[in-house]
Amino acid sequence: MESNSRDASAILREIEALKATRNEIDSKISALEAQLREIKLQNGNDNGVLNNGSCPPISGLDSGFGHGLTPQMIYRYSRHLLLPSFGVQGQSNLLKSSILVVGAGGLGSPALLYLAACGVGRLGIVDHDVVELNNMHRQIIHTEEYIGQPKVKSAAAACLSINSTIKIVEHKEALLASNALEILSQYDIVVDATDNAPSRYMISDCCVVLGKPLVSGAAVGLEGQLTVYNYNGGPCYRCLFPTPPPSTACQRCSDSGVLGVVPGVIGCLQALEAIKIASAIGEPLSRRMLLFDALSGRMRIVKIRGRSLQCEVCGENTTFSKQQFQEFDYEKFTQTPLSPAPLKLNLLQADSRISGKEFKERIDNEEAHVLVDVRPEHHFKIVSLPRSLNIPLPSLEARLAEISSALEKKEDETNSGSGAQLYVVCRRGNDSQRAVQYLHKMGFTSAKDIIGGIEGCARDVDPNLPMY
Amino acid sequence: MLFLQCSGGLELLCDSVKIHKVNVEQQKGVEKLTMKDLLTWVRTNLIKERPEMFMKGDTVRPGVLVLVNDCDWELSGLLNTTLEENDVVVFISTLHGG
Ligand SMILES: [Zn+2]
Repeated sequence: MESNSRDASAILREIEALKATRNEIDSKISALEAQLREIKLQNGNDNGVLNNGSCPPISGLDSGFGHGLTPQMIYRYSRHLLLPSFGVQGQSNLLKSSILVVGAGGLGSPALLYLAACGVGRLGIVDHDVVELNNMHRQIIHTEEYIGQPKVKSAAAACLSINSTIKIVEHKEALLASNALEILSQYDIVVDATDNAPSRYMISDCCVVLGKPLVSGAAVGLEGQLTVYNYNGGPCYRCLFPTPPPSTACQRCSDSGVLGVVPGVIGCLQALEAIKIASAIGEPLSRRMLLFDALSGRMRIVKIRGRSLQCEVCGENTTFSKQQFQEFDYEKFTQTPLSPAPLKLNLLQADSRISGKEFKERIDNEEAHVLVDVRPEHHFKIVSLPRSLNIPLPSLEARLAEISSALEKKEDETNSGSGAQLYVVCRRGNDSQRAVQYLHKMGFTSAKDIIGGIEGCARDVDPNLPMY
Repeated sequence: MLFLQCSGGLELLCDSVKIHKVNVEQQKGVEKLTMKDLLTWVRTNLIKERPEMFMKGDTVRPGVLVLVNDCDWELSGLLNTTLEENDVVVFISTLHGG
């Protein structure tokens, strides 16, 4: 081990040295590129777009083409301008528009990249999170060098590197009922790229109160949904879903998984709808909803209800005001926290629980025990503790006999007489408590859960255990 | 025969099967099958676990959209919507993730 750690530090030193050399070379390249640009400007630009100084400008005025687009804009957006149905009018509408994207995650990433690239005049980004390694497979706006840094900062840098001519506004904060009016009121169009129910109700209500169209997208697993709310007399989110779903019905990507490209597809479509509204072309997806099933390769557009006269927020006799909005408790309404921290249950007495560290000590002392892992089978395949028995929580009731016989076998092996211990583990230490509660009820009174689950063990005991 | 589809996570309540071709017996003396009849039938015959994740009272739980032939059932009369042979009924749970 000693020599291993010496080797590692030598490698680290070498990496540092190489990085320093790379930085030096990078800055030399940048300096040379700057010189080259200078020379090109003096000799005339071979793109033929910039005035080369050898003849006076034909147009006479700076951007005197009657539409406000500068020569640089005309060149940058030329493929848009060549579209008969989009053209100069569409592009100049876009350049004058402002769009807010709430959430720089799986949906927000492609939406922001396209909105920046297409020339939205002012693009706002709201997010309070930092970039994590397990975001990278779908949140394609972020690069590895931004891991640990605010998503807003990372996303803004990416947008600016694609298009430095637009204005990017960073809102590095969580969107709450207390600040939403102030932030949303600065934009023409809002894109909901969040990942939880309370935010969706809050953003929709805020858009109704302020009279802003809302492009709403969602994706989980292998499915996505997309629609435009509060547009031109169309329904709001509450017209469709007046009562929030039970919180147990809300799947989250961090629990249910998501194929990276699925929010990618929906995020691109959100950018498209926002562009259509901003440039005033086409028919925005209002009163209709797009349903995307990636696995079967199906996309269907369905007709949904119009504005509901009984809607509590946008209906005929509503009195929902800015003040009511600010005072509305969205977390209570949906029974879900706005920034979903992992759930931490505390169902058991302290003597029915054991820390990962203590568990390891007991194993190291070769204590007779049975370890039951109650996670779903596909979780168990990702990583599992040695010699654990996988009985997913829903099948626990039917498989109690397996636990009994495993305990008996252990007791026979050791002849200890004191009996084998029963431990239960899961991913984060919630389901294991539910399982232990049930096991106690069924007579396995010594069952204990491992606090914090596999994730806790990875954090506190064995850094070689992978996290997921 | 009707075509039923469950998605947005609702398929997990029916053995992870998304598409179902079903024959729903009509009650004697009743001319047309309604969505109300179909929901009762689905609850008894299709839903294998946690029925409260599908229904609340005599209708679907909050957060579930029902589409009859690609059209919100709100526009066709909710529980009173009448069904014809070969109609396609979609039950979809709204998604929140991103
Ligand atoms: Zn409404």
